[in-house]
Amino acid sequence: MILQLLFIVLLIAAAGLFTKNISKIRRNILLGRDLDLTDQASKRWYQMFKVAMGQSKMAARPIPFILHLCVYIGFVIINIELIEIVVDGITGSHRVFAPLMGNLYNFLIASFEWLALAVLLACVAFLSRRNIIRIKRFSGKEMTQWPKSDANYILFIEILLMSAFLFMNAADAKLQMANVGHYIKAGAFPISSLLHNIIPNEASSLIAIERACWWFHIIGIFAFLNYVPYSKHLHILFAFPASYFANLNAKGKLNNMTSVSNEVKAMLDPTFIPIQTENPGRFGAKDATDLTWKNLLDSYACTECGRCTSVCPANQTGKLLSPRKIMMDTRDRISEIGKNIDLHGKDFKDDKALLDDHITREELWACTTCNACTEACPINLDPLSIIVELRRYLVMEESAAPASLNTMQANIETNGTPWKFANSERANWSN
Amino acid sequence: MEFNVPTMAQMIAKGETPEILFWVGCAGSFDERAQKITKDIAKILQHVGLKFAILGTEESCTGDPAKRAGNEFLFQMQAMANIELLNAYEIKKIVTGCPHCFNTLKNEYPELGGNYEVIHHSQLIQSLIDEGKLKASNGETFKGKKITFHDPCYLGRANGVYEAPRAVLQQLDADLVEMKRCKTTGLCCGAGGAQMFKEPEKGNRDINVTRAEEALSLQPDIIAAGCPFCMTMLSDGVKHFEQENKVQVLDIAEITAKANGLS
Repeated sequence: MILQLLFIVLLIAAAGLFTKNISKIRRNILLGRDLDLTDQASKRWYQMFKVAMGQSKMAARPIPFILHLCVYIGFVIINIELIEIVVDGITGSHRVFAPLMGNLYNFLIASFEWLALAVLLACVAFLSRRNIIRIKRFSGKEMTQWPKSDANYILFIEILLMSAFLFMNAADAKLQMANVGHYIKAGAFPISSLLHNIIPNEASSLIAIERACWWFHIIGIFAFLNYVPYSKHLHILFAFPASYFANLNAKGKLNNMTSVSNEVKAMLDPTFIPIQTENPGRFGAKDATDLTWKNLLDSYACTECGRCTSVCPANQTGKLLSPRKIMMDTRDRISEIGKNIDLHGKDFKDDKALLDDHITREELWACTTCNACTEACPINLDPLSIIVELRRYLVMEESAAPASLNTMQANIETNGTPWKFANSERANWSN
Repeated sequence: MEFNVPTMAQMIAKGETPEILFWVGCAGSFDERAQKITKDIAKILQHVGLKFAILGTEESCTGDPAKRAGNEFLFQMQAMANIELLNAYEIKKIVTGCPHCFNTLKNEYPELGGNYEVIHHSQLIQSLIDEGKLKASNGETFKGKKITFHDPCYLGRANGVYEAPRAVLQQLDADLVEMKRCKTTGLCCGAGGAQMFKEPEKGNRDINVTRAEEALSLQPDIIAAGCPFCMTMLSDGVKHFEQENKVQVLDIAEITAKANGLS
């Protein structure tokens, strides 16, 4: 009874804390500028099913695709057992679904075991890719300290959880064979049976192992759930909304700013009545709150895999720009703003900004807008639109483009061409 | 055939309307190397008897480099002036000689009131071939020549046009070879996003040198391009490796014109 109460308290605490942290992230995301993405719902659902659920873009790199698929399917399927664990935990039952499901139960437990093994092996492979083979895209100046440890922690936790699951089953099966107490004959154990020789035979030790692993597994899951909001692992949730709301237009299309259209149209036609827009405050983005909520959602959905950076022409030729860093900086800054609100109230302003304090101008001006990053992203995140918004601020609010780009703009203004040619010579080639 | 490129103003004065407007673009108008491509596109149009016109001195920058540099004001000023002109001429269909103009006209002008069917010259050439109006005959043969095509970002990834330029090259019986990074994973030449008009940021090498190296590693006879900016960047890259006497960098239009004895 005490254990049941303890379980219920832990369950409520874990779910409550998780909800609290996720709603904070939701609040942070909604600090961004408004953007209407309620259009084309069926296309959006399709995109989400294909890209997030179907992992279609992962296939471009077959080895991580297969490894990630093991962990993804394993995670989703094995968590079905959570239902049973929660019911057992609350009611004090043991393997409550076994009598109800008969052979199907055996089949499910056997598949969970195979999947647990696949997850375990995939995590070992992932760890070695990061720490032994040291694949290049996992390094980089933004991948030190927390981001580096974060990735390793997740993999360790998953290995521990899967091991606990298998040892629990091994002890359970041995107890079943010995007809001990409430350990009814239930489940098939193709993988954990291999562990029978390395665990003790006495019923008391087996019960201790089974219970310890059961509690470790479920407390581990509760802990993991509350680790996720602080981690790149948040992608397991946010990949879904991020791909749902992802760009459906041709990649080459940059949005036309309505706030600018109003001013330009008014300039060309004095009778023009401006289209109502929310006061943008400033043109472009200086801080994370000047970006759209979609940009901020993207930043939380990024799992720092580095595919974007590994194909970025600027990054690959030694420039400072790294699209992954753009995403991470955006997330760090909006989290910082959120923390300030929690600590000092919603009107608090620190003297920092996304621009200059996190992302330097040199990074921004190195981008060729080639869309290699948006193409490479497995969940269709868009670092490019953040770069463009920051450039817009630099140019339209600070007139701080590199000198040569100012010359280019001046040429367009005076000659209608980015070079210093007279427009009267435009058709000379045809003579 | 006399080389004759009518302007819209001339056509309207004669009471005629063109089937298609040839949007030349600033590079195609002013850059000496790109002018050759422009001439070949015009020659192809004339050769197949397609009634076309240019805007001549009425054409103005689409605003692409200003927009990508962050100057939305200047972009929209350019766009709205261009749209006013195009709409006044009742333009329906546009072919561009530049993927950047192509992208801007196609994707960014409609919301501002400019709705046209916009195609890139490689798409036009492909459809002329498909319709049987253009055959690789009476000109230079490319049979067995090793050609590799460099995907312009604003044609490929930006707009998903990967096959048209390749289809044009394929009908030449040439030996079409692909770089490791091609189509969706094609490496940028380094000129997009207004980089064409500035020095690159500090790094350990230039993007165009990296791309040229990748192309040259295939030992091609020709590196094919479809964008005047890529043309500049790749030609410089080939010169960097002192290969300009062995390897030509040619636009899809130039190759087509050569194969048809037009240049």
